[in-house]
Parts: sequence; structure tokens; C-alpha cells
Amino acid sequence: MKMKKVTAMGMAVLMAATMIPAVPAMADDAGKVYYLNFKPEQDEDWQNLAKEYTEETGTEVTVVTAASGQYETTLQSEMAKSDAPTLFQVNGPVGLKNWKDYCYDLKDSDIYSQLTSDSYSLKDGDAVDGIAYVIESYGLIVNKTLLEKAGYTLDDIKSFDDLKKVADDIQSKKDDLGIKGAFTSAGMDGSSDWRFKTHLANLPIYYEYKEDGIDDTDAIKGTYLDNYKNVFDLYITDSTCDGSELSAKTADDSRNEFVNGEAVFYQNGSWEYSELSKTFKDDELAMIPIYFGVDDANEGLATGTENYWCVNKNASEADVKATLDFMNWCVTSEAGTKSMAEDMGFTIPFKTAEAPSNVFVKQDAEYTEAGLTPVSWNFTTMPSEEWKNTLGSALTAYAAGSGSWDDVKSAFVDNWATEKALSE
Amino acid sequence: MVGKTIKKWWPIFVVPTLAAFIIGFLWPFIWGIYLSFCKFTTVQDVTFVGFSNYQKILLDNTFSHAFWLTVAFAFISSILINVLAFAIALALTKGFKGTNAFRTVFFMPNLIGGIVLGYIWQTLLNGLLSKWGQPLLALSAKNGFIGMLILLCWQQIGYMMIIYVAGLNNVSPDLIEAAQIDGATSRQILFKIKLPMIMPSVTICTFLTLTNGFKMFDQNLSLTGGDPAKQSQLLALNIYDTFYARSGPQWKGIGQAKAVVFFILVVAIALIQLKATSSKEVQQ
Repeated sequence: MKMKKVTAMGMAVLMAATMIPAVPAMADDAGKVYYLNFKPEQDEDWQNLAKEYTEETGTEVTVVTAASGQYETTLQSEMAKSDAPTLFQVNGPVGLKNWKDYCYDLKDSDIYSQLTSDSYSLKDGDAVDGIAYVIESYGLIVNKTLLEKAGYTLDDIKSFDDLKKVADDIQSKKDDLGIKGAFTSAGMDGSSDWRFKTHLANLPIYYEYKEDGIDDTDAIKGTYLDNYKNVFDLYITDSTCDGSELSAKTADDSRNEFVNGEAVFYQNGSWEYSELSKTFKDDELAMIPIYFGVDDANEGLATGTENYWCVNKNASEADVKATLDFMNWCVTSEAGTKSMAEDMGFTIPFKTAEAPSNVFVKQDAEYTEAGLTPVSWNFTTMPSEEWKNTLGSALTAYAAGSGSWDDVKSAFVDNWATEKALSE
Repeated sequence: MVGKTIKKWWPIFVVPTLAAFIIGFLWPFIWGIYLSFCKFTTVQDVTFVGFSNYQKILLDNTFSHAFWLTVAFAFISSILINVLAFAIALALTKGFKGTNAFRTVFFMPNLIGGIVLGYIWQTLLNGLLSKWGQPLLALSAKNGFIGMLILLCWQQIGYMMIIYVAGLNNVSPDLIEAAQIDGATSRQILFKIKLPMIMPSVTICTFLTLTNGFKMFDQNLSLTGGDPAKQSQLLALNIYDTFYARSGPQWKGIGQAKAVVFFILVVAIALIQLKATSSKEVQQ
């Protein structure tokens, strides 16, 4: 009999123990912020900024960063918890599809009124579901020192034909220059293939949308796929390695080739600056548009965003308010704007933004000032991850010579319609 | 005496495990089946949609290819693993020097996780393939399939070998000696005495290898990722992709429905196999 009592008591203690973590959370009604961050590169900066905010206002801010490529997975499990993120991210209209039932309408928020342009908000009907908090650019990063060594300057490259001429010439005398190729390896490993299946694939979509005057479509025509082919051909021909090896090349391989001065051109974005500036001085680097042979004279860098902040509408009222205050503080206060500009290297689309030190970002502003049109980020309208993966596989096979360009075309055009239909 | 003690103390032994089993397995399992009839983004709020998820399983054209590839993979890998594991076990029960060292070495691959192994073998195999001028793993479905077979064999042969070694050690020397006196050849001893005597080991090994083959996920994900164009995608990875790589909340439920169908298939095949092999077990 005594044993039974002890057992029962043990069980009771065990049960009580599992409840303990829930108690302090319930006692707290001041409102707190839980931000599920998308960008692993800036994790440390966010942690610091959150700490600073807590010291200043007393509001508790938790920042958790999902592992690279695991954001959707992490978000999904975190959202199911009782302490769900109050602030999370979606990557655009397609990403919003999964989460629009969870988005708080930001129409009346302070942060929405701070946006420099309404085009940086993500809308579902009249509701403002997301607000872009960082604007990024991508293009061809150039090692100016090597380019000059090869006898060229940036002024020699003003169109796709120029680029091809220069790249072919550099490739033909790569041994004299002591480099391995004109372009870094167009790695098709999962860590790197997004540069081609998503970012480069944006250009044919951009020009087609522009020509047709639309911003999304259920059936892409592939009008500019030949240009896509030309650029991709250039990447894999004037490359540091053979096309058949690309399937195993990673993002690190490509960056290392650029950092070690083994290649002159490197397609990537302004987010690479913090990594590249460890090796290069600012005046050794430049970013030029990915000339596409359509409207090269007016083409600027591809500038846009796939980082939208959304507020969880299922959070308690106090938490929503705390989150809105925190967001607003990040983009208006001195500490917030400074951290976002200097530590994180972001250009933020808000009125009180500070100028970032990032050389690529500065260049983007210069191009725009000189009258070039930035290429918008239309890859946020790509039907699904599945579509990108299929295109990536087709490109990999094409680069290796085991697949044809027709497969790429079909992955681009036919699969677009299929995947759009499936996502409805 | 012992019975009385057990009566008193059983909750301490049973309740924690039972609780863990219910919380960690039974409840998620039941919930998972329910989710396959729902449309949902997070498991917190779900809408019941009936059987429509099951009707849409074949909608994206990837399920049947993955299914047949998985069947082929599970059967080929089970045969290879069992034959090789049995052969090694036979060799390592002959009692020559260093047997224990060999057993340890063969068993070791089992201690490394599938994802890590996948990436290591990817580097190794790709190095070899590029030296031979062959298409790399991600470019050729055939190479990817063979690569997965090599990887799974390498990982599992050691484990199955240990089970066979234990079985072989339990075959009574009296029986073998009697057979030898009757003039049986070593071939006859193997097939007429040793093999029937270790049928319980064969049952458990084929069960493990078959289900492992069907369920294989992490090695598939890290070695080939389903490339090229899903041609090396097995069922578990197909379900994962349905769940995460597609946009729109309806796909979560469809992925869940695929998972339930997958579960039923694995259970059915495992039961048939268990019945088939255990009927061949003999009593000593």
C-alpha cells in the first residue's frame, strides 16, 4: 500500500514538473516579441539588436534563426506551438499562399507608413500582409584587378556581346593570366544552383512580363529563353571547370575561386559583400548587370526583395503590439537603422534609412541615378520550389551534356503551367 | 515471491515507457492518420476534407515512379545485403585469427548516421565517376541507384552479419558432427543443416532489410537528392517533397495521405514476408 502512494506521488511530481515552464509565460502580459529570422548571415546582428531593444524598453525579444534552407520547415513547426513566432517572414506572393491566414493586416501600422514605396508591401486584396525590410541586388561581381590585368576596364563591358567578347578573350589566355577561367564554376549543387534556377531565370521572366505588361502569369511563354541559354552557355563554357563536374560544385567552391583570384566574374548578390570584403578592398570590386542581350543599354542590377515581414495574427493582442513596436523601432530608431545598415549591410526601404557601407548597394544606387532600370525580382512569382528544382535538374543535365536544351525549355515553360495549376 | 514484487513495482517499469510510447509514437500516429483527411498549414488548425487528399495522390505524377523504384530498390538491396552478410558471417565463424577484429570493422559503418554517410559517399563516388569519365550521381539515375545500393549495403551488411554470426554459433556442433559422420559434404551441411537451423535469423534479417529498404530516406536525400529530375527519388523522399517543396496548403494533406498509403504498403509487405520466412523455421 505504501508503495502505491509513493508511486502515485512520484507520478504527480513528474506531471507537475512538465508544467513548470508554462508558468512564467502565463504570468507575463506585457507582450513579447518572437522573431523567426530567415537570414543566417545576420543572426548575430539580430541577437545584438534584440538585446539592445530589451535594455532600452524592457520588452523581451527572442530571435531564432532557422538553418539555411530550412525556414519553411522550422516555421511550420514553430507556428504550431503555443508560443508561436509573433514575427516571421515569407518570400513573396507564392510563399504567402501558405501563410496568408496567419498574417495580421499591417495597413494601419506605423511601419507601413514608413515605407518609401507601396511596391515594397505584399498585399492580399486590400490587406497588407507583408512588408519588405531589405532590398538586395544581384549581378555579375567583377574582380577589377584581374580585369585590368587582362587589358580591359568596366567601360569595355556595356552589353552581352561585349561581355562575351571579353570573357572569351580572358578564357583563351587564362594560363598567361594565371587564372582558371573567366567565370567561377556555375555550381549546380543544392547550395549554389539557386543562382541559376532562380536568379538567372528571373531575367527571361522579367523581360517577358515587361513586354506583356503583366506581373504574374499562369502560363509562361519563354520568349527570352534563347537569351537565357546564351548567358548560361557563357557561364559553363568560359568556366573554371568542365560542365560535367558542375553538378557537384558548391557555393563555397564558387566563392573560393573568386576569392583566390582564379576567376574574374562571379554571379551573386550584394549579400556576398561581407564575405568578399574580408579579402578585397572596396575599389577592387564591382557589380555589373547580367547583360541579357535584350535591352542592355538600359538594364541595371536585379534589385528587389524576397524578405517580407509578417506579423502573426493569432498572437495575443499585447504580443502583436509589442511586435509592431519592435519592427517600427528597428527601421526608425538610430540604433536600429544603424545596425541594419552597418552591421547587416542592408538597404532598407524606409524613410529613415541610413546609407549602408556595402559597395554593391552603393553601385545599385549609382546605376539607377544614371538612368538604368533595375531588373525587378519576379522569381517570387515562380510557381513552386518544385518548379525551381525541376529547372535546376534540367540545367545540370544540360551543362553536363547529358540533357538537351529542349528539356530545359520544357522544364521552364510546360512545367510552369503544370505547377501553377497544381498550386491552386 | 517474485510475482508479488512485480505486482507491487510494475508501474515504475511500465508507466514511463508506456507514456513515452503513447506520447512519442501512438498519439502522433493517430493524429497523422487524421491529418491525412485534412487540409492544414500547421497542425493547430485543420479543416476536414474527407478522402479528397487520397484522390489527389497521383495528381503530380511522381508517386508511381517513386513507388516502383522503391519496390525495386527494397528487393535488390535485401537480397544483396542478406547474401553478403551471410557469406561474411560464415567466413567469420570459421574460427581463424582476428575474427573479432573483422567483426568489429564490418559492424562499424552502422554507427554513422545516414546523412553523413550520404555526403561522404557522394564525394567518394563522384570522384571515381569523374575519373572514369562517367556522368556523376546527380546526372544519371542508374549511377544514383547503384550508388544508393552500394551505400546501403556498406552500412547494413555489418549489422546483419552480427545477427547471422549469433545464429550460426547456436547451431549445435553435434548435428554437424553427425552429418559429417554420415558423409555429408560441406555444401550439404550448409544447405541442409546450417541454413534451416538459422531460419529465425533469416526471418529477422529479411524483415529488417526489406523495411529499411522501403523506408530509406536520409541516404537518398544526401546522396542524390532525387536527381536527375526525380529519377532516383524513393517514396520517403517523395513524401517529404510533397510536403515541403510545393506551395499551397492542400499539399500538406496530400503528403500526409501518401505517408499513410506508404505505411500500409510497408506493413503489408512486412507481414507477408514474416509469414513466408517463419513458416520455414524448424524446431531443433
